[in-house]
Amino acid sequence: MKSDRLKLTLACIGVMGALAGGAAWGQSKPLRVGMTLSDIPTTSGQPNGGFEGYRMTGYTLYDALINWKLDDAKGPSTLVPGLATEWKVDDKDTTKWVFKLRKGVKFHDGSDFNADAVVWNLDKLFKKEAPHHDARQRAQVAGRILSLKSWRKIDDYTIELTTHAPDSTFPYQTTYVFYSSPAQYEKLGRDWNKFSQQPAGTGPFRLEKLVPRERAELVRNSSYWDAKRVPKTQRMILLPIPEPTTRASALLSGQVDFIEAPPPDFIPRLKSQGFRITSNVYPHIWPYFMSFREDSPWRDLRVRKAVNLAIDREGIVKLLGGFAAPAAGAVDKSSPWFGKPSFQIKHDPAAAKKLLAEAGYSGSKPLTLKVMVSPSGSGQMLPRPMNEYIQQNLKAVGINLELVTQDWEVLRNCRRAGAGSPICQGVHGINNSSATVDPFSAFGRIYSSKAIPPKGFNYMHYSDPKVDAIVEKSNNIFDEKKRDQLLGELHAYLVDNAVDVWVVHDVGPRAMSAKVKGWVQVKHWFQDLAPVYVAD
Amino acid sequence: MFYYILRRVLYTIPIAIGVSLVVFALVHLAPGDPLSAVMGEVDQKMLAEMRASFGYDKPLPVQYIIWLGSALTGDMGYSLRTGAPVFGTLIDAAANTMIIGTAAALLGFIIGATFGMLAGYNHGAWLDKVVSSATIAGVSVPHYWLAILLVIVFSVQLGWMPAMGAGSAASILSWEAWKHMILPVIALAAIPCAIVARTARACVMEILSMEFVEALRARGLSERRILLHVARNALPTVLAVMGLQFAHLLGGSILVETVFTWPGTGYLLNLAIFDRDIPVLQGTILLLALFFVSINLVVDILQTWADPRISRG
Repeated sequence: MKSDRLKLTLACIGVMGALAGGAAWGQSKPLRVGMTLSDIPTTSGQPNGGFEGYRMTGYTLYDALINWKLDDAKGPSTLVPGLATEWKVDDKDTTKWVFKLRKGVKFHDGSDFNADAVVWNLDKLFKKEAPHHDARQRAQVAGRILSLKSWRKIDDYTIELTTHAPDSTFPYQTTYVFYSSPAQYEKLGRDWNKFSQQPAGTGPFRLEKLVPRERAELVRNSSYWDAKRVPKTQRMILLPIPEPTTRASALLSGQVDFIEAPPPDFIPRLKSQGFRITSNVYPHIWPYFMSFREDSPWRDLRVRKAVNLAIDREGIVKLLGGFAAPAAGAVDKSSPWFGKPSFQIKHDPAAAKKLLAEAGYSGSKPLTLKVMVSPSGSGQMLPRPMNEYIQQNLKAVGINLELVTQDWEVLRNCRRAGAGSPICQGVHGINNSSATVDPFSAFGRIYSSKAIPPKGFNYMHYSDPKVDAIVEKSNNIFDEKKRDQLLGELHAYLVDNAVDVWVVHDVGPRAMSAKVKGWVQVKHWFQDLAPVYVAD
Repeated sequence: MFYYILRRVLYTIPIAIGVSLVVFALVHLAPGDPLSAVMGEVDQKMLAEMRASFGYDKPLPVQYIIWLGSALTGDMGYSLRTGAPVFGTLIDAAANTMIIGTAAALLGFIIGATFGMLAGYNHGAWLDKVVSSATIAGVSVPHYWLAILLVIVFSVQLGWMPAMGAGSAASILSWEAWKHMILPVIALAAIPCAIVARTARACVMEILSMEFVEALRARGLSERRILLHVARNALPTVLAVMGLQFAHLLGGSILVETVFTWPGTGYLLNLAIFDRDIPVLQGTILLLALFFVSINLVVDILQTWADPRISRG
């Protein structure tokens, strides 16, 4: 009898163990992500690889003082407390910002996050004489936090950051700076290369394994400070798969669970085989930035409006399999900065022809525009067919569009050097996609005359005192709603003056197996991978 | 023979220096700034500072001498993009390429040489027609297209093989590692296989029409012995072609490695080109060029062994 009871007990324990083991195994199914990048973004703190790098090894391994709210697919993403619980501009001196730091946060190596760590990290990036200064990390972020002038510790959990001039958009700029563990850097012999193999940040994931060009394995940081963002998956594997067909094939063959940017011609097949496709418009614009220099035909408002009216944006969206949103300005209509422009950007070839005739162009004297385009590049979507489509649209109203195809880096160099620079090879404009994530990215760095190269990224040499005044004024408005309203006025003014050719916004399609759960695609370049997991 | 080998080895030194010079010049004369591509969105002032800190503000001849001096000691600098030492990165990538390159060479050369010789020997027969058609297809089909086709058939439709990557197996001898290699090896082997087959076929046909073959037949040698003589005479030409093809394979294929995301030198080169990661680009091209020079040297020596008339020439 005793022996039977013992057998029954052992059997029960065995069954329970098997069930528990099975459940644990189920939960630990890794999430395998196919990235579009050719390599794993750098992991020492400031990732390379543009905003995809920020998504994959930035907001996964690290935090900023202020993070983005990435759990609501409907509204625009807003700022939320990250490693700082609150931040406030000094009432008397609006160049000074005080950040209260979150207590109890630990780096992955177990060391404490505090004001000393913030100062150490800012020294790492911006103090060239600091022994731990890293030029590579600095280069990745320096252009995104231009307002920062100095920093100092007030107490163990309070720091003060000072800007060159009053800048209400400064909190947005802090979202690009991540914080690495000083203790881990010391432990690894003060070597950033070793640190990138064994990094210690504060993010929801820890890096367990890194094989350059092949894979990065991230595991759950169970003691992450934000209980809501403790990863649902035990392990996430990042795989660089730059070739779109291979990426889709890897998903179809079950080698990965989730891919970014599936090729449009694969999407119907993916859908028919039960894969889920998601998309959402985000702060991205696919434009032509045109030259406003003396000899440019773009200085004529009628020409600018005509080109904008000649483009069939719905047709381009169709060309992209529906995975784009027609643009009616630099930002999407759902943005708080869209405003109320009176010039309606739509497809109206008759109106375009009329405007061109008024501007003195005709069949015998056609307008010719040369635009530099690239065969590929970050945020460029499918540049060749899209540009050829526009070429046909413009041809229909009597504009000859010459496409000058150059390597992506030549295009970027042309943008940096500005219109009229020899590297731009005599083009009137460039097709270079742009992020409109924050007020500075969307307006100040593109349209302010202060940003004309070599000082900034105003490729066009666009200079309008009214625009400069609004940018300046918005920097001095610290009430978010009032600032949004003013930026809406600025955007409406830019649209009414048809400053650029705004074509479409990307919607960032992703494809995933039906077993992938927890994914919420927000209206942002950054996305939260922490809640995503593979169910049984 | 010894002096011939010594002379050939000495010849490779000026060739290698010339190659290094061309590699350096090509990489630096291409349009675009080496730093702007990897440094993200920084302004011109910051770019100038970075250029100075990486030594790119020095005159090109000075940069070349510094680079060559370091490369001779095995120090190829650090990747601008990742900060990792170029030498270690290159060794890892070259090992991966060597694995599939050697496998593709073995597969392609054995099949190509065997069927090429048989086709040449049976000129006009059905086997010859089949081999000729297959080799025309082999040299005409773009290998990246074949790679995509293989992925669609064997990974997506049949689900037999993985679509990408080298896998995470600990040992190269495991099935996990092998199954990742099969499709890239087939895609890589197609062209060399066809080229070797066509060369072998043409050589065998040419040699068969020579008088000494008639003489061998007249002396009553069996057809098998005659084929051996023919093969020996075809060997120098076939070896030369194999050598070039092997060097191509070891150089890695940018397209095939990119389609399969195979972490070899071709993929590394692709990455370095797009990032304009100058130290990696220079190191990779130099390594590939030295592969060609070394393999040509080995092939020359093998040819001399197969046909001593070459060394006398």
